[in-house]
Amino acid sequence: MNLALAPETLARWQFGITTVYHFLFVPLTISLAALTAGLQTAWVRTENQKYLKATKFWGKLFLINIAMGVVTGIVQEFQFGMNWSDYSRFVGDIFGAPLAFEALIAFFFESTFIGLWIFGWDKLPKKIHLACIWMVSIGTMLSAYFILAANSWMQHPVGYKYNKATGRAELTDFWHVLTQDTTLVVVFHTLTAAFLTGGAFMVGVSAIHLRRKKHIPVMRTSLRLGLVTLVVGGLLTAVSGDQLGKVMFKQQPMKMAAAEALWDGEKSAPFSIFAYGDVAKGHNSVEISVPGLLSFLADNNFSSYVPGINDVNKQEQQKYGPGDYRPNIPVTFWGFRWMIGFGMTSFAIGAVGLWLTRKKFLLAPGLRTGDDEVPHLVLFRNKTLGSRLTGWYWFIAIWTLGFPLIANSWGWIFTEMGRQPWVVYGVLRTKAAVSPGVSQGEVLTSMIVFTLLYAVLAVIEVRLLAKYVKAGPPELTESDLNPPTKIGGDDRDPDRPMAFSY
Amino acid sequence: MELHDVWFVLIAVLWTGYFFLEGFDFGVGILTKLLARDRKEKRVLINTIGPVWDGNEVWLLTAGGATFAAFPEWYATLFSGFYLPLLIILVCLIVRGVAFEYRAKRPEEKWQRNWEEAIFWTSLIPAFLWGVAFGNIVRGVKIDAHKEYVGTFWDLLNGYSILGGLVTLFLFTFHGSVFTSLKTVGEIRERSRALALKLGLVTAVLALSFLIWTQVSRGDTKSLVAMVIAVVALVGAIGAIKIGREGWSFALSGITIAAAVAMLFLTLFPNVMPSSLHEEWNLTVSNASSSPYTLKIMTWCAGIATPVVLLYQGWTYWVFRKRIGTQHIADAH
Repeated sequence: MNLALAPETLARWQFGITTVYHFLFVPLTISLAALTAGLQTAWVRTENQKYLKATKFWGKLFLINIAMGVVTGIVQEFQFGMNWSDYSRFVGDIFGAPLAFEALIAFFFESTFIGLWIFGWDKLPKKIHLACIWMVSIGTMLSAYFILAANSWMQHPVGYKYNKATGRAELTDFWHVLTQDTTLVVVFHTLTAAFLTGGAFMVGVSAIHLRRKKHIPVMRTSLRLGLVTLVVGGLLTAVSGDQLGKVMFKQQPMKMAAAEALWDGEKSAPFSIFAYGDVAKGHNSVEISVPGLLSFLADNNFSSYVPGINDVNKQEQQKYGPGDYRPNIPVTFWGFRWMIGFGMTSFAIGAVGLWLTRKKFLLAPGLRTGDDEVPHLVLFRNKTLGSRLTGWYWFIAIWTLGFPLIANSWGWIFTEMGRQPWVVYGVLRTKAAVSPGVSQGEVLTSMIVFTLLYAVLAVIEVRLLAKYVKAGPPELTESDLNPPTKIGGDDRDPDRPMAFSY
Repeated sequence: MELHDVWFVLIAVLWTGYFFLEGFDFGVGILTKLLARDRKEKRVLINTIGPVWDGNEVWLLTAGGATFAAFPEWYATLFSGFYLPLLIILVCLIVRGVAFEYRAKRPEEKWQRNWEEAIFWTSLIPAFLWGVAFGNIVRGVKIDAHKEYVGTFWDLLNGYSILGGLVTLFLFTFHGSVFTSLKTVGEIRERSRALALKLGLVTAVLALSFLIWTQVSRGDTKSLVAMVIAVVALVGAIGAIKIGREGWSFALSGITIAAAVAMLFLTLFPNVMPSSLHEEWNLTVSNASSSPYTLKIMTWCAGIATPVVLLYQGWTYWVFRKRIGTQHIADAH
């Protein structure tokens, strides 16, 4: 059989394509839900109209985005059964439960309250309407938690035993699955990265308008909110990423050795910035590295021993039988770097922006700006950036909105491909997980159908986002400023058009 | 009653919830072509389900997730076996969700018409295919000793399952037309009721044939009771819409759906997916289920979460209880 078309290969490609695509929308959904909720809270508390305009503007972009996240999520729920039936049989006892919890607790929450929020502007009193978007936000985070608990079990299976009679893994301690360190750290890392993503998106979109001096009051507020979110999110992403790295060094040494292209174990292991390896011979031909840094990242000690790819491969051969236990090393190595590189570039751009646009701190009074002015980009107390550099900063700030999306995608590709050849680490091999009864033709058909459909939808979605970004915040209407006081809407005029309709 | 029996009932409840709720959603989508005279009326119809369709669809995801957790073997055999029909359903649900959200986001008529076309077809196709799928589950499919589906796509298209598909298609459309009679105001409400009456009669003929076929080929006393309830409720729903009692009619068409699902599950029990090749290869509640520990946790979760879900979903319907008509749809977006 042609290896490129092996059922496992096709099923993996399909999973990769549909999951990376789905995850383009997920972090933005999580963060924009919370940020929109925050802006609406500011509106309800201060009654300053710029917050309501901002809520409407970001809320619209959030809705365009979440629609895609929801529909591509449906595929995820059923794909395990379709392409990975032997996986489903083997792990359903454990893996199914968090999935069912996710649907029952998180999806219902999100989907019901989002309907209330979209159509509820003229049907719900202000505070109840506000509560709805917070419910959506809680729903998105709960959803992330449950699905990451399920994924963490694949990375580091705990709380189960293998039942020889049934030939499958069975749950023994659900609490352990939900609270193991892998789950907690991964949730922390994913949520903080989601806020980095949303912050960067807000910064980028605000920069588009501020560069042209349009919609200044709303965009100025949004820029600050975006920058703070980006910097705090970015910082915490780095902290949680460091923690996750340490967990992974213990739980999946192969993944981390591959991430570093560290072929042979050593004390004071170096962190390589660039490497070009020879996979067949098992060493790097070219490498640029920082001595000792890897040992520090793995174990908080510059002189600790870190096992290499060749060592772990030998250990695993002894433990699991003959075979090659190395993942795709170039993808793992570069995936790891692109994740960190793109994520942290975005963070750096945010940190610079936060400094440049500061309101008062170490700022000459003459350079302070009012609510309806584009903030000056102030380098030192009295020194602003020149017009050329200012232009450059806005330009880079716009582009930063895409960086976290790239970082997120590579993060998942890294962690999933770095676990190969296992689908459940140390327990079930990926090639033993596919559906035996599904033909190549069927998998190929669904892969092509999803890929084409997703490509078309991507074009539609991006153009729609661009249209609403360009349009800017909407003008407020009479109905926006006079929300109902009764649940179900006011009875003033039974024939009044709905504030929002499809 | 053991826990896996409880879960068999709960899975039936989840599918009932799904067919009850997304049943009328699909019906409304189909009615955009049958009932609406102009594009404004189409929008009236779409907006009757606007705030709720997304929450309704979660019943499917929950049924899927719960099947995965409670009956992994059922989940694995069903979704790998019914691969292509499921693929078609997934594509429809993706396009349908995007269509609702994006249709009004651009003013161009062509853009909106394309999404309206999509709403019709992506409602019609799954409404038909779910019936086909359940017809096959009840009838039994080619499952081998390893619990693998070994039939082809074409094996899934047989007289019984196609009749099942027509039943769900018409039943959902009828259910939808009763729903729009209940949720709209003005002239469209009158036409909706008249159409519901016609659809009800066709549905009655189809449903009666399908249910009798089911009863004769694999029914027992319990399933007969469920069948009688389904038929009586359907006749009642048609009668109620004829005399203009829309609320009653809707409740009764809902009972029809619930009783029909109950009947199918009663004829299945204790199997979850019988094999047409050999009786010993049937997937049953005991050989397809999870461990008792997992089922116990799931029972706790479902026991607490489901009433809460029903409460806030119910509240949503109450918030949006007002009827809508063309006067409530603003011209510009």
